[in-house]
Parts: sequence; structure tokens; C-alpha cells
Amino acid sequence: MRIRAGISAAFASTAILIAGWQAGAHVSESNASAVTTSAAGSNTGSATGTSPGTSASGSGTAGSTGTTADGTAGSGPSGSSSGTSSSSGSGSKVGASAKAGGTYTGQAVETRFGTVQVQVTVKGGVITDVTALHLTDAEQRSVQISNRAAPLLRSEVLSAQSANVQTIGGATVTSDAYLTSLQAALDAANF
Amino acid sequence: MQPTSNPARGGDHRNATGARLRSRTFTSMGTVVSLAIPCEPGPASHPVEEELEAATAVVERLFNELDETFSLYRPDSEASAMARGELALSEASAQMRELYRSASEWRISTEGAFTAERPDGVVDLAGIVKAHAILKAGTSLRALGLRDWCINAGGDVLVEGSPIHGGVQPWLAGVVDPEDRGALLTAFPLGRGGLGRGGGLGGGGEAGGREAAAPKQALATSGTSERGQHIWSAGRPVRGPGSFRQVSVAAPDIITADVLATAIMAGGAKTLSLATGHWDVEVLAVKNDGGLLATPGFRAR
Repeated sequence: MRIRAGISAAFASTAILIAGWQAGAHVSESNASAVTTSAAGSNTGSATGTSPGTSASGSGTAGSTGTTADGTAGSGPSGSSSGTSSSSGSGSKVGASAKAGGTYTGQAVETRFGTVQVQVTVKGGVITDVTALHLTDAEQRSVQISNRAAPLLRSEVLSAQSANVQTIGGATVTSDAYLTSLQAALDAANF
Repeated sequence: MQPTSNPARGGDHRNATGARLRSRTFTSMGTVVSLAIPCEPGPASHPVEEELEAATAVVERLFNELDETFSLYRPDSEASAMARGELALSEASAQMRELYRSASEWRISTEGAFTAERPDGVVDLAGIVKAHAILKAGTSLRALGLRDWCINAGGDVLVEGSPIHGGVQPWLAGVVDPEDRGALLTAFPLGRGGLGRGGGLGGGGEAGGREAAAPKQALATSGTSERGQHIWSAGRPVRGPGSFRQVSVAAPDIITADVLATAIMAGGAKTLSLATGHWDVEVLAVKNDGGLLATPGFRAR
């Protein structure tokens, strides 16, 4: 249960990293919409990458196991542990290296769910594996996403009257139905 | 006309929160769009009136232009030409292709719950055009230099700033009770400071460290009482225990709010879990039996 929640949270923030790495424009763009709304935010996403050339020599440190055999990119993130390049969704540098392949460890990112860090394996420009390395809250416990929709009594939601609100949301009303709506009353009062 | 109860031209209306607003409405896309901005302090509100008239004109033109292109109710629209098979998507305008692309991406990310194609195969972008119009209207209002405003298009809301001129308090958007459309189920704070819950992060540590949820500036609601026919699941409206009567989604942007509200209505409980797990949103869903499902942001503090 917890592991499952962890992985889905990791996926949520992985979208940010993936967006920078995916070479295919379509996938990249479809992830971009997730980036702008994702909990982890697109501004904090950054990746520490192990370039194919380096990883080919078998640097087996945690989270940077090179898997590539087709490493051709020369413009990948430099350095096996210190190379940090921004991957805020449009990083061309990162995108170029993704075509080659390798295993990339994302920087630990603070999200509202706690600290999240993921590792992504890329082969031939395709992500073949995503692993959550780190998913804990401030107390270093593993966490579950708390933003689940749970049953709620009507008395438990913020009570409101039309006198207290400035606008009124509801399922789309036709212009005929509008005439008798609460929003019409507000608009009339504010005319 | 009912002179006894009609408050039209009621002068300064100050509601219980102290907000003094001016609003204008127009009809477009088969519904009514309202634009409201707060009055400046002091008696003279002429600048506000002029600003509001100008802003409303800009927003109205924007809505009408999109409607002329995308409405399936207009025989002369580009969308109607496509529905009749006279125009292929590849030959359509850049705007049409862009919205179709956006809708297709949402179809993928919502695992099919949101779709731009009717069961009969006709491309129907109605589910995203209104939200797109609201989004563009917001962009225009910012470009006009307006800081505090609220757009309400048929119950979908986008705000900026505060209902108090130069204020810090959020807009408060009521949510209609689907069982009594003259009553409100709840309200949700939108815009500045409208972070929902979790705003007090209790010592975040270093600068730029712990990230709060983005402010929710948009609230969209989808329901079975809705006009339009853009809610399906595998060609049929969802029925049964996992389905909802009304779904409201608060999100940082109006497209996400609108698409996910539609998707959850169509996809039921499964899509609700998908939405709350993958997007920074707050959701209030009213079940067919009247029960509520809500994320923490909709819970009274």
C-alpha cells in the first residue's frame, strides 16, 4: 500500500524529469501539461545525470548504474556525480543525452508530499524504468499521498451563503437557466 | 420584471465580506459570462466603470470569435464543416488543430475519461473551448493591467488577485448544491492566499525549499444537469455506484480544472483517484445518493 502510494507520487514528480528527457515531441508536450500542474512544480526539477561515456566504465555508485551500450551523445550532462543540469521541461542538453541512454538520478526534490527522488533508465531514447529512491516526509518516514478524496459530511465543508461569496460555480447553465440562478442575483446586485 | 425583488442597478452593493464589486455580463457560447472587478475605495467609481466596460468588450469579442469557429450550433462554423466531413483536421485552422491536440493530450493523461470525440466520431471540442476562452480572457485582462478580477462563464470561474481593491484576501467562490440550485453546498477560496489547506507549512527550512501547493485560481464544475453532450465513458454516461452527480475541481489553471471536472464526471471514482494523485487539485464530488467525497482543501478548517 505504502510502496504503491510512493511510486505514484514518484511518478507525479517524475513527469518533470521525463519532460526534459523525452526526445519525442508528442510525449514531451503531453507531459508538459502535467508539469505545469504537478505538485512538485517545474521550477525545482533538476537532474544529476551520468553521461553514457562515463557510465560505460562501470561506475557502480548508488543511483548511477550505467546501462548503455549505444552511447553516442557527447552533449549529455557532464560528470558522473556532480553534473547538474536543469530539466525544467525544455532542457535541450538533457534531451540530447536521452537519445543515447543511461541511468539518470534526479535530484532530491522537496514536494508537498515530502522529499522525492527518482531514478530513470533510458535506452535508445525510451524510458525503460523508473525507480523511487527516496520518498519521505520531514521526519524521514515514508509517506502516503494525503490528497485523496475522502467521504465528508455536508456539515464538514465550509458553509456558505450567497451573501458571503463573490461568485458562484456550478455545472454549466444555459443562458435561460442563468436568469433564475444565484449568479444572476449577484451580477444584478453588482451592476 | 418584478420591481419588488429586482435589485438591478442597486448601486453600491457591499456583500458580507466587505467586497464592493462591479460586474458586467454578456451572452456567448450558449451561456452567460460575468466579469467582476472590485471598486476602488472612495465615492467616485467612474474609472472602474470605464475600465470594466472596456475589459468586458475585449472578453466578449474573444468569446464570440472562438464561438464562431468552434460552435457546432452554427452551420457556418469551422467545427460544423468538419462535422459534415467537408474539412479534414489536417486542413483545419492552426487554432482548431492546436485545441484538438490539447484535447487529445488530455485524453491520454486522463486515460480516456476526457475525450474530444463524440460516440458518432464527430470532433466536439465543446468540452475545452469554453475553458480555453476563459484562459485567453484572463491573459487579456492581465495585458490590460487589471490586477483584481473574476470571470464566471456559466459556472466555471477564473480569478486573479482579490475581491477587495488592492487587498490580499482571496475570492470566495460558492458551489451550487445540485439538489437545490438555489442553495450553496460550500465555498472555496480562490486566488491570492487561496492555497487551500496546508498553507501553514510549519517551518519549511531553507529558502526555496519546501514547496507549497500552487494557488488555486480556477474552479470548474461538471454535472449531469449540464447542457452539452461532452460527458461520456465508452459512449455512454456513467451510471452506478462509482458515478457522480456533480464534480467541482479547483486548480491553478482553468483548463486543468475544467478538463478534470469533466473527466471525473465521465470516469467516476477511478478517474477521481487518478486526478487527485497526479494533479495539484482539490476536488469535491457529489455522489448520486447525495453523499460527498472531498480532498482536504474542501474541508472546513
